[in-house]
Amino acid sequence: MTPFVLRRVAAGIVILFVASFLTYVLVSESGDPLATLKANPHTTQATIDAARARLGLDHSLFERYWLWLSHFVQGDFGKSTQGGPVEPQLWERLGVTMKMVLPATLIAAVIAIALGILGAVRQYKPDDHISTTLAYIFYATPVFVLGILLKDFVAIKINNAAGHTALFTVGDSTPGFTGSFGARMLDDVQHAVLPVLTLVLVSYAAWSRYQRASLLDVLNSDYVRFARAKGVPRRRVLVKHALRNALIPVTTVIALDFATIIGGAVITEIVYGWEGMGQFLLGGLTGPLTPDVNVVQAWLVITAAVVILFNLLADITYAALDPRIRYG
Amino acid sequence: MANVTGSSEPQRDVGASFGTAATEYAADRAVGAPSEGGPDGVAGRSQLSLAFRRFLHHRMALVGLTIFVLLVATAFIAPHFWKWGYADITPEFATSPDAAHPFGTDTIGHDLFAQVLIATQTSLKTAFIVTVIATILGTVIGAVAGYYGKLADAALMRFTDLVLTVPLLALLLVLANILSKQSGNYLYIAIIIAAVFWTYLARLVRGTFLSLREHDYVLAARAIGARDRRVIFRHMIPNAMGPIVVNATLTVANAILIESALSFLGLGIQPPEVSLGSLINNGQGAATTEWWLFAFPSGVLVLIILAVNFVGDGLRDALDPRQTRVRA
Repeated sequence: MTPFVLRRVAAGIVILFVASFLTYVLVSESGDPLATLKANPHTTQATIDAARARLGLDHSLFERYWLWLSHFVQGDFGKSTQGGPVEPQLWERLGVTMKMVLPATLIAAVIAIALGILGAVRQYKPDDHISTTLAYIFYATPVFVLGILLKDFVAIKINNAAGHTALFTVGDSTPGFTGSFGARMLDDVQHAVLPVLTLVLVSYAAWSRYQRASLLDVLNSDYVRFARAKGVPRRRVLVKHALRNALIPVTTVIALDFATIIGGAVITEIVYGWEGMGQFLLGGLTGPLTPDVNVVQAWLVITAAVVILFNLLADITYAALDPRIRYG
Repeated sequence: MANVTGSSEPQRDVGASFGTAATEYAADRAVGAPSEGGPDGVAGRSQLSLAFRRFLHHRMALVGLTIFVLLVATAFIAPHFWKWGYADITPEFATSPDAAHPFGTDTIGHDLFAQVLIATQTSLKTAFIVTVIATILGTVIGAVAGYYGKLADAALMRFTDLVLTVPLLALLLVLANILSKQSGNYLYIAIIIAAVFWTYLARLVRGTFLSLREHDYVLAARAIGARDRRVIFRHMIPNAMGPIVVNATLTVANAILIESALSFLGLGIQPPEVSLGSLINNGQGAATTEWWLFAFPSGVLVLIILAVNFVGDGLRDALDPRQTRVRA
């Protein structure tokens, strides 16, 4: 196992390195951060030259990448084209994204596993049909359609019924909100309900189908039939024998999806105006003074590292839980 | 009774995204040589016709196929007979649906029905191109990696890992940002999406090929001196057709979703061209007051995805009951 892990970590670092280089080149070539400045007729050549020097654009592309890399390995993410350092922004954005993604993943996982078990145990019964139909509908609904529906119809109805703003539709907290810890927590929750619900609905659908299929697979296997045949009670077979094995694939899938979504639920963030990782990336690519290559690079190394790490974790858990899998 | 509602049976995509799972699945999947109704077999029933019969028993798949065909026919035929073009400015603006404008008009005066028709066309054309490119690319790369193994396999799979490491949306954003400045044409968008989507199929085909190449009929073909190209295209790819076709169907649905997400973000199809995503984006600001601007494009989008997913499930049951797939 250890050589396998070491090899995978080494391969991960190489992939990260190549990915960072490719992204650097692609992003740098995708536009000119000084385009707006140059388009302004009142800008003097001296101003443009100063801005070029400040952004290091007077160096060649490879020199710039080398500079970025040598700073990055020392833990320095560089400055954004707006002037401020990238790093504090990065952690702040990651925090905002986590406030949305962490509860959403946990809730969706619980719902998906519960409904998946229900669907498999009560296959083709009415409740299985209802949960299947709902899963299909949510799976086919794009996240922006769902987000807008919840925001513009459900939230407004609830707020009108409550007589005050019970659910906020913009931002992750009220700006400048001060109060006790409890009051701030409540404010956060009121902001998070809708985006979290949106993410839960789009993620649980696929996961529950997956859980249902894998449990059905196990329930139809010989060892489960044998356990039933020798008289082990149904419930005990389900919990002790079947579920234990049927949970393996779905947990790894959830782990991998979670890793990808750390990069930001871009669309959910936009619909609800959250300044998370997704908007961080989008801002680095499409805002003023873009492409902001240091911002995009910071985003990339964090998300790519998480993806590689969770891929590895998924493989290791898989092997640890299922002795049939061997890594050479 | 039990098998009438076969629609509940298919396992909803989301597979483990690591090679071992795919390999394992491929290894215990018995793939035989195509039997053209052998002497002792059922006369005249090839694998293909058996699969076709299984598909016909899948009620939801037939419903999905019917809806899909109707949508395609409407999107491509109706614009020729409809009184308004998608770019025409009608004298009525922001009117709710009535006899003259069944889907209403937007704030500028575009007839929404005409726009939704063309938008559906754009989405379908994009999805078609993505599917063709990604399927060919993924099959060839996966086949070469799985057939030759060793260095070719290592090189191609590390390259696939690289593409997969950078989260999908990020790669699309960067590429779309570069290309859409030149053109928001659906062809460009399709090529960008295909550049990412082939990776899933490549892994799948590789896994299948790793097991297929151990089969006797492959050995036999090579023993009588068949060239590699002939073995791959005449013997192995036809036997890997099940997973390939199923994956292609699901690629259609995913490509439509991704294209609409890109257009929703303003990075996909550019005005005056329309896609379902850009129409939904236009409609979202007025989702509560001019509900039709949001409701009709969203409804059509969800309907297409639902229909394609049902067809995909039916195909999976018919061709390849054990297949699982990675979700983007």
